[in-house]
Amino acid sequence: MDIYNNHKRLFGVAIILFIVLTMFAAILPALNSQNNNAPLPGSHALNADEVAGKGIFIREGCIACHTQQVRNVDMDKMWGTRPSIAADYARNIRTDIWRNTANLMGSERTGPDLMNIGNRQPSQDWHLLHLYNPRSVVEQSIMPAYSWLFEVKDYPYPGDIVLHVPDQFRKGVTGQIVATREALQLVAYLKSFKQYKLPDGKPTPIFLYGKTLSKAEPAGTTSKLNTELDGAALYAANCQSCHQENGEGLKGAFPPLKGSSIVLDKDPKVQLTVIMKGYNGRASEGYGIMPAVGTNNNLKPEEILAIINHERSSWGNNSRKITLTEIKELFNQIKSGPIAK
Amino acid sequence: MKKSLLLLLSLILATPLFAQGAETNSGIWTNPGVLITITLILLPLLVAVYLVAVKVNHIATRIKNSKTRNDASQLAQSLQKLNLEEMSDDLAKRKQAIEFELNNSELAGEILPADKKGLLHNIAEVNSPRFLASKKKAVKRPDIDPSLTRLILWYIGTATFWLVLGTSVGEYLGIKFVAPDVDHVSWLSFGRLRPVHTNMVFWGWSSLAMIGLGYYVVSTVSNTVVASLKRGWYALYLINASVVLGSISLMAGINNGGGEYREYIWPIMLLFAIGIIITLINYLQTVARRKTKEIYISNWYIIAATMFTIVIALVGYLPFWQNGLGESIAQGYYMHQGVGMWFMLFNLGLIYYFLPQQLNTPIYSYSLGILAFWTQILFYTLIGTHHFIFSAIPWWLQTTAIIGSMGMLVPVFAGTTNFLMTFRGNFNKIGSSYTLPFYLVGIIFYFTGSFQGTAEAFRSANLYWHFTDFTTAHSHITMYGIIAFMLWAFIYTLVPRLTGKEPRQGWVGAHFWMALIGLLFYSIPLMIGGTLKGMAWMEGKPFIDSVVLMAPYWLWRAIGGSLMWASHLIFAYNLYYMITSHEEIDLQKAVFEELNKLPANTSNQ
Repeated sequence: MDIYNNHKRLFGVAIILFIVLTMFAAILPALNSQNNNAPLPGSHALNADEVAGKGIFIREGCIACHTQQVRNVDMDKMWGTRPSIAADYARNIRTDIWRNTANLMGSERTGPDLMNIGNRQPSQDWHLLHLYNPRSVVEQSIMPAYSWLFEVKDYPYPGDIVLHVPDQFRKGVTGQIVATREALQLVAYLKSFKQYKLPDGKPTPIFLYGKTLSKAEPAGTTSKLNTELDGAALYAANCQSCHQENGEGLKGAFPPLKGSSIVLDKDPKVQLTVIMKGYNGRASEGYGIMPAVGTNNNLKPEEILAIINHERSSWGNNSRKITLTEIKELFNQIKSGPIAK
Repeated sequence: MKKSLLLLLSLILATPLFAQGAETNSGIWTNPGVLITITLILLPLLVAVYLVAVKVNHIATRIKNSKTRNDASQLAQSLQKLNLEEMSDDLAKRKQAIEFELNNSELAGEILPADKKGLLHNIAEVNSPRFLASKKKAVKRPDIDPSLTRLILWYIGTATFWLVLGTSVGEYLGIKFVAPDVDHVSWLSFGRLRPVHTNMVFWGWSSLAMIGLGYYVVSTVSNTVVASLKRGWYALYLINASVVLGSISLMAGINNGGGEYREYIWPIMLLFAIGIIITLINYLQTVARRKTKEIYISNWYIIAATMFTIVIALVGYLPFWQNGLGESIAQGYYMHQGVGMWFMLFNLGLIYYFLPQQLNTPIYSYSLGILAFWTQILFYTLIGTHHFIFSAIPWWLQTTAIIGSMGMLVPVFAGTTNFLMTFRGNFNKIGSSYTLPFYLVGIIFYFTGSFQGTAEAFRSANLYWHFTDFTTAHSHITMYGIIAFMLWAFIYTLVPRLTGKEPRQGWVGAHFWMALIGLLFYSIPLMIGGTLKGMAWMEGKPFIDSVVLMAPYWLWRAIGGSLMWASHLIFAYNLYYMITSHEEIDLQKAVFEELNKLPANTSNQ
C-alpha cells in the first residue's frame, strides 16, 4: 500500500488518529469537567495563610504519599462521610504563572487520605507535633520529620507556639521548640480540608462494594463475633494518635485516659459527651482542645460502645462495662439535647 | 538458571512466612530466643541421627563383606575343577579385546583439513580453564562515521550517568521506608527526592539512551546518513540541562504541582520539549532522505513516539483545561501516555531493528508489527484515566479506560508473539551470547508487565491494589524490566559495533544476574505486601496496621534495590570498558604491522 511507502501520509495518519483520540479521551472531558463545575455552598475560598500553606504542601511533595479522594468504595468510608465529587475540587485552580494546578488526588496512599483531615483531626497541637516528628505521636509512622518548619529559641516571644515534644525526640535540642510561620500556615491549610454536605436535592453518591452480611446464619442466633466490635481497632483508628496505644497520652499535649476520672466514672454520660461534642476543660493545664471525634468521624453507637468499653478495661482501668441500650439512650439525648458539661 | 529459580522459590516461600509471623504478632517464630533454642535442640538430635546412620552403615558393610567372602570361596572351588588349556586360550582372547584401540583416523582420514570456501568465522580457542562459559564475539560491521559514533556515545554516556545517579537516589528513598529518621535535611526529604528519582531515570537515563540509539537505527534502516549531527548535539545539551536544572529545582522545593512525571516547572520542561522537537525534525528529515522505498517498521514506531510525545507534553503543560478535575484528567492522560507512547513505543521501534540483527534472522511477521502499531495507538490513548478508578472523574471515562486497557492485550500479544517467534529456532544462541539474555528478559517482562497493567485496571482488582505498593512494583517491572533491560540489550549490541571493543563477559553476566535477581527481590515482595495491604484496608483495619504490615516487604525492596543499584555500577564500568582506549593487541593487525616492517615488503610498496 502506498501509505507504507510515503512518510508524509503514514506519519500524518498516525498523528491525526492520536490527536483525535486525545481530544476524545483527555482534552474534551477535561474541558467539560472544568467548565461545568462550581464550589459547594458552605465551602470557602482559601485565606492568605491557607494559600501559603498550600504552597508548602506542594513544595514538600506531600502528594507522593497522601491522596485526597474518598473513592466510592466501602473501604474508603474511613476517610470521609461521602464519596468525593467533582465540586470538591472546584476551588483548585492554577497556582501561578510558573506552576500548574496542583495535583491533589494523588496515586499512592503510603500515608492516610487527607480529603477530610480538617474534620478528622482538627487539633493544631497534634499536627504541629506530628510535623516536627511524626513518631512522637504515632510510634510506627514512617513519615519524614519536617523539623525545618520549626526553630529553637531560648526565650520564645509571647505569641510563639511552643511545642511540648517528648524528651526522646528532642535529643540535642537545648531551648524551646517553636513553630515557624510556615508550619502554622501548613497546618492551617491541612485544617481547611473538609468535606461539605451536598445541597438539598442533590443525590449523594453511594459507597460500592459494601460488606455483604453473612446470610447463611440461621435466624435468631446472632453470633457474638459479629455484634461485638473490636474496640482496640476502633480506638487505634480514632483515638490512638493523640491518647497513644498505652492510654497515657503525651505530656503537655494530650491527657492520659489511664486512670482518668471521666473514663472511670460509672456513669458514661460525660465520657460519651466528650467523644461526641469535644472538650476544652483541661486547656488551662496545657492540654489541647479535644475535637468532636465521634461526630466528625460519624461513629455509630455500637462503635462508640466498643471504644468506651475498651478504654474502661485497658491499661489497668477497671470500670463498669456499659451496655448498648444505655449508650443508645444517652446517644439520642446528647444528639438532640444541650451539652451536659 | 536452576539456581536463580531456586532462589526465587525460596523467596516466595519465605516472605509469606515472615509476614505471617509479623502479622499475627505471636512472635514465636520470629523471636530470636526461640529460634536459638530450637537450633540448640536440633543440634544434638542431628548428631544422634548421624551416629545411628554410621552404626547402621557399619552393620550393613559387615553383612556385605561376609557375603563376598562366601562367594569368593565358592568361585575358587569351581576354578580348581576347570581345564587349564581351555582357560588360557580364553584369557589370551580377552587380553587382546581389552587392549584394542582406535588409531584416530578412521573417520577423518589422513588428509589435513582446509576451509576452501571461507565458511569459518569467530573461531574460539580455549587456552585457559573455563571458569565462565565464553560467549560469542560481536560480529564485525561496516565502519560507522566516527562523528556519529561520538554523538551516540555521548548520549549513552550521559544516560548512564543519570542511571547511576538516579538509582542512587531511588536506593536512598527505599532506605527511607525502613529508616525514616536517617536524615532531617529538607533537600533530601522523601517528598522532594521522589520526583528527582523518577524524572531523572525517565528523562535522563531512558530518554537519552533511546534517542542516542535512535540515531543509529533511524539512519541505518533508511540506508542513509543522519540529516544533521549538529542538531543531535543541541538536543543532547538541552535535555541534559533540563535534567540538571529540574533535579536541583525539585530538591529546592520548586515543582510544578505534584502531578507525577510533570514535576519540572514548564520553563525547565520546555528545554526538554525543544530537545524532542529538534530530534523529531532530524529523524523525519533522515527518513525523508531514505534510499529504500519502504519505511522500515522501526521508524514507524520511533517517529510516532517522538511526534506523540510533543502532543503529550502540550496536553500536560498547557493551562486551558486544567482547573478543578480537568487537572486530574490531563494528569492521567499525561503520565500514562508518557510511559506507553514515549518509552514503550520508542523501545518497540528499537527492538524491531536490534532483535533480528542480533539473532541474524528476519522478523517473524511484519504484519503483526503493523497490527500492533495501529492497535497500540487506538487503545493506549484511551487508558489514562485508569489511574483514577472510583474517583470523582466521570464513570464513563473510567469505563472507557478499562476497556482500552483490555484492548491493549491485542498489541501486547501481537508484539510478544512476533518477538518470541523471531526467537524460535534460535533459542540455542542464548547460551552463547551475552546480549540475548537481556532481550529475552525484556520480552518476557513486556508480556507480564503489560498484562499486569490490564489486570490492575479491572475494577475488582483495582479495589485491592490501587494506592498500594503493588503499583510501585508494577512501574518497576515495566520501566525497569522492559525498558531498562531492552536498552541494555541494545547498548551491549551497538557499542562494540561503534568502538570495536567488547565488554568483559564476566562483568556483563554479573550485571545481568544482579539486575534480574534484584528486580525480582524488589517487585515480588512489594506485590505480596501490596495485596495484603489492600486486604487489610478492605477489612477496615486501622491504617497504621497496614504500615506496620509492610515493614518486612519494604526491607526486601531495599535489598533488591541494592542489588539493582550495584548492577548499574557494573554496567557503567562495562560501558567505560567498551569506550576507552585500553587497546588489546589485535593479532591480525599486529602481523600486518610486523610484515610492513620487513625490508622485502616496504620495497614492494
